[in-house]
Amino acid sequence: MAERSSGKPWLRFVLYGLGSVVCYGWLFANLNDRSVIGYFTRTDGWFPLLPVVTAFVFSYFHGAFTGYFWDVMGVTAKAAKPVDKKVLDQAEGSED
Amino acid sequence: MGESILIDLNWQSVGFLLIVGFIGGLVSGFIGSGGAFVLTPGMMSLGVPGLVAVASNICHKFPKALVGAIKRNKYGQVDVKLGLFMSATAALGMWWGAGVQQNIKAAYGEVGSNLYVSLAFVIVLSIVGGFVMRDALRIMRSGRAHEEEETSPLARWVQSIEIPGTMVTFKVAKVRVSFLFILPLGFATGLLASTIAVGGFVGVPGMMYLLGAPGIVASATELVIAFCMGLGGTLKYALGGFVDIRLAMLILLASLFGVQLGAIGTTFVRPYVIKVVMATIMLIVAVSRALVVPVYLTELGRMTLDPALMVLLKRVSFAFMVLALAVGAVIIVGAMIRGHRAHG
Repeated sequence: MAERSSGKPWLRFVLYGLGSVVCYGWLFANLNDRSVIGYFTRTDGWFPLLPVVTAFVFSYFHGAFTGYFWDVMGVTAKAAKPVDKKVLDQAEGSED
Repeated sequence: MGESILIDLNWQSVGFLLIVGFIGGLVSGFIGSGGAFVLTPGMMSLGVPGLVAVASNICHKFPKALVGAIKRNKYGQVDVKLGLFMSATAALGMWWGAGVQQNIKAAYGEVGSNLYVSLAFVIVLSIVGGFVMRDALRIMRSGRAHEEEETSPLARWVQSIEIPGTMVTFKVAKVRVSFLFILPLGFATGLLASTIAVGGFVGVPGMMYLLGAPGIVASATELVIAFCMGLGGTLKYALGGFVDIRLAMLILLASLFGVQLGAIGTTFVRPYVIKVVMATIMLIVAVSRALVVPVYLTELGRMTLDPALMVLLKRVSFAFMVLALAVGAVIIVGAMIRGHRAHG
C-alpha cells in the first residue's frame, strides 16, 4: 500500500534491509571470533563452498536492499524500462 | 590454511574497506571493472597476507559483478551471450596466466613476480589507455559527442570477415562476428585478470574496438565476465582456504551501494564518458606502477636506490592508485549530476 501511494518501493526496501541487517549483524557479531570465521577457511569436505554460498546469500539481500535504497532516495535511472533499446537509444540521442 | 590467516579487524580497517569498497563499486558499476588494483595492496597494508588479499578481493568481486550485471541488464545494456563467449576463453587465459606467474615466481622470486606484474600494468595500460583516451578526446572535439559511437575501422574489418560455421550474432551489442575473433580477446582478458586482477582493461576496449560493441554494452558485458571469472577464482582460492569472508563481505557492504549508483550513472551520461573514465583511470594507474619499477629493479640488484627513496616511491605509487579511483569517481558523479540537471 505504502509502495503504491508514494511510488517508491518502501516495503521491499525495509524487507530486504532487514535481511541485510541480519547478514551483517551476524558478521559484525563474529568479526574477530576465529572459532566461527575459521569454518570459512577450512578445506575439507564441503567447507570450500561456504564462502561462495555466503557471498550469494549476502548479495541477494544486500544487493536488492542497495538497489531499493537508491530508489527511495530518488536516485533512479533515466531509462529504466527493461530491455528497451529503442527508448535507451532515443534518450541518449536527445541528451544535452 | 585455517584460522592463522585471519588478522584482527578494528574500526579503522573496517572503515578503510568500506570507503575503498564504495568507490571501487561505483567505478565498477560504471566501466565494468575497477577497484581491485587498490583493494588488494590496501588489504596487504592492513597486514593481510598477499594471497588472502587476492582471494578475498575476488570473493567480493563476483557477487558485486552479479548485482551490477542484473542492474544494467534492466537497462538493456548487457549482452549475456557475448559475456559467456568471452568468459569461456577468459578461463583459459586465467589458467595460463597463473602458470606464467608461478614460473616467474619460481625463477626470480617474489620481487621478480612483482616486477613482472608492474611492467604488465605499465605496458598494457599505457598502450590501451592512451588509445582509448585519444578516441574519447577525438569524439569530444568532433562535436558529435551526443551521437551513437562510430564502429572502429578494425571492428568493421572484423565484422566483414565471414568464416562459415563460426559466425555468431550478438543482438544487444548489435554485432555479428566470427567467434574465432572472440577467443583471443577472451583469452587476453583472462590473462590480464590473472596478472593485474583487472581483465576489463583489455576486455572492454577489446569489445569496443575489435568487435564493434558500443562502450555502454561493452562495459556492462564485462560484468558478466567478471562474475564468471570471480566465481571460478573464488572456488579455486576457497579450496586452498585462502578466503577471509569478513574482508570480502565488508568490501561488498559498501561496494554494492557503489555498483548500483554507477549502473544508474550510465543512463545519464553521453556514451564517450565511459571511455574518458576508463582511460583516465588506466593512465594514472600506469604512472603508479611505473613509479615502483625502479624499486623492484633495485631489490633484484639491477639498480641502486636509496632505501628512503624506495619507501617514498612505494607510498607515492599507492597514493596514485587511490587517486586513480578517486578521479574516476569524481568524473562519474560529476557527469551524473550534469545529466540529472539536464533532464530536470
